[in-house]
Amino acid sequence: MKMNSKQSISLAIALVVIMLFTAACGNSASTGGQGGNNQQPASNASNNGGGDAPTQSADDKVVLGFSQVGAESGWRTANTDSIKASAEEWGFELKFSDAQQKQENQIKAIRSFIQQKVDVIAFSPVVESGWDTVLQEAKDAGIPVILTDRAVDSEDTSYYESFIGSDFVEEGRKAGRWLVEQYADATEPVNIVELQGTTGSAPAIDRKQGLEEAIQDNPNLQIIASQTGDFTRAKGKEVMQSFLQAHDDIDVLYAHNDDMGLGAIQAIEAAGLVPGEDIKIITVDAVKDGMIAASEGKINFIVECNPLLGPQLMQAVEDVLAGKEIDKRIVTEETTFTSEEAKAALPDRKY
Amino acid sequence: MMMRISKHHLFWPLTVLAGLFVFNLLYDPGFFAIRVQGGHLYGSLIDILNYGSPLILVAIGMTLVIATAGIDLSVGSIVAIAGAIACLLISRGEDQHSLALFAVAVAASIGIALVLGLWNGLLVSGIGIQPIVATLILMVTGRGIAQLVTGGQIITVSSDPYSFLGAGWFLMLPFSIFIVGFVFVIAVLMTRKTALGMFIESVGGNPTASRLAGIRSKSVLLAVYAFCAICAGIAGLLLSSNVSSADGNNAGLWYELDAILAVVIGGTSLAGGRFFLAGTVVGALIIQTLTTTIYTIGVPPEITLVVKAIVVFAVCLIQSESFRSTIVHRWKTRRYPAEREVTRGV
Repeated sequence: MKMNSKQSISLAIALVVIMLFTAACGNSASTGGQGGNNQQPASNASNNGGGDAPTQSADDKVVLGFSQVGAESGWRTANTDSIKASAEEWGFELKFSDAQQKQENQIKAIRSFIQQKVDVIAFSPVVESGWDTVLQEAKDAGIPVILTDRAVDSEDTSYYESFIGSDFVEEGRKAGRWLVEQYADATEPVNIVELQGTTGSAPAIDRKQGLEEAIQDNPNLQIIASQTGDFTRAKGKEVMQSFLQAHDDIDVLYAHNDDMGLGAIQAIEAAGLVPGEDIKIITVDAVKDGMIAASEGKINFIVECNPLLGPQLMQAVEDVLAGKEIDKRIVTEETTFTSEEAKAALPDRKY
Repeated sequence: MMMRISKHHLFWPLTVLAGLFVFNLLYDPGFFAIRVQGGHLYGSLIDILNYGSPLILVAIGMTLVIATAGIDLSVGSIVAIAGAIACLLISRGEDQHSLALFAVAVAASIGIALVLGLWNGLLVSGIGIQPIVATLILMVTGRGIAQLVTGGQIITVSSDPYSFLGAGWFLMLPFSIFIVGFVFVIAVLMTRKTALGMFIESVGGNPTASRLAGIRSKSVLLAVYAFCAICAGIAGLLLSSNVSSADGNNAGLWYELDAILAVVIGGTSLAGGRFFLAGTVVGALIIQTLTTTIYTIGVPPEITLVVKAIVVFAVCLIQSESFRSTIVHRWKTRRYPAEREVTRGV
């Protein structure tokens, strides 16, 4: 019994240590090697007697704080590289933080950007909701915010200057229109299975909605199963495998990104079916591995989702700081690829 | 006889697993269909074994750690690191299909897993840090290491020997099952046919008493953490080989929690001192069956986690002896308030 009370005390201590440890970790990750810098803004603020306006750093370099979702796929990597490269090109100082797919990390990162008084904050929100508080804090600090690639669902659009990124609903519609075209004279039901992205994320919600919109007029096109594959290859494979067990008449697979599609292709091959023929495959993104699969005929149709939005972001940052009005919505240019087009385009792809 | 069966430590885990199977049978009998496809068996049950094998491996290692009243939170990160290193080495090689390269990659991953396990063991036994804190260090940094190894990218490899590991077939069954079987047999032989198992239980039960009895508890601790890390390393190889790619960010994410859950469902107490390897295997199979069931019956992704949580909650309640006896007691005394009064008086 004595042992027990001792154990519970040590457990409590362990828990406290964990809390301290994880909190400290989040901080150090988000400030990204800016170790003792936390003190600096405070002293700055006292010098300015409050300091509402973002103070320009000593060397007058524009400081951009960017919080990335995480390295979930090849697409995200290309996106990160594009932002890092264009920041360098524009001569901006980039404070980059990786949220590892967690909203709380991203909120911490944005708070630390506010503390450090960066000039502009840009981020790709992990999920759509729950941003109002932290965006209000940025607004109060007078730091303009630009959203990239994913949107937030805040009612008040004054929280951010602009949203640069793809129109995910349109991507879903493009996929849907191709389907409708392919199966225009189908007389019997076409069974579609869907691999959704991370539950609650903007691309997952919008790509689902877009496809449903586009195919709703054709009653033959039916989504018979839809499940999340978390945008990862391993989950895509596992979920597709269970789809194949549960339904033996799948005609079309619609995957919200290439990686899940690539995982699903392995599952389809393991089931003794031919991807691209027995089951038509549509994916979104057009990353390198996906384009290779498309050129081999394993993916029938890829809707591009362009990750190279670094230059557009830097342009917007420059315009915002110069006091110019910029569009609330800047859509990236995107196209689609059939297998043949993928084969032709593959040699020139940058990512 | 009936009493003896229900007293067996595998009775409740197996009952739950059987319950899941019965549910699937009622929902869709096709769940049990197994056919021969491309020279090997194919069906949901095979999938459960195949996708469940990494979890079983991690959980076997975790069982021994928990038996010493410890815990290893770093297994998920070790899974990611092992997969990342193997894929990195293979992708750098000139001929990705070469067996020598494959052997080097596997040896390197398992070697590094061993080093990480010894690090954990050293923190726990040598320095005396609480296991939950000691392994938390590697849980956090390990994910970072895995991302450094992969450079934040998903590394794709095309190596026949490597993909055989997690996606290959042997005697019509997934090859991963044989790896799991091998590790399981080794673990059982080591712990039940030598004194090691007793040492582990004794260290978990009372470290001081076992030290006074002449057991080198530090060496025992070092050994179980090393073994647990090796299991996690092999699981990492299976996972990344299954999709022929390494994802430093997502591979093995939350595996430590699933593994702990599998161990607990299998009947091993978190307080240490006793462990049931077979129970752990059944526990891991329950988790994987539940996941597959959720996919098959088409639970909407928004509520998947809730469904999982409810089932796990129910399983834990059923397993708890005091909960069962409370229910039985209530049932027996439900209509006789007077009688209850009397017994209370006595």
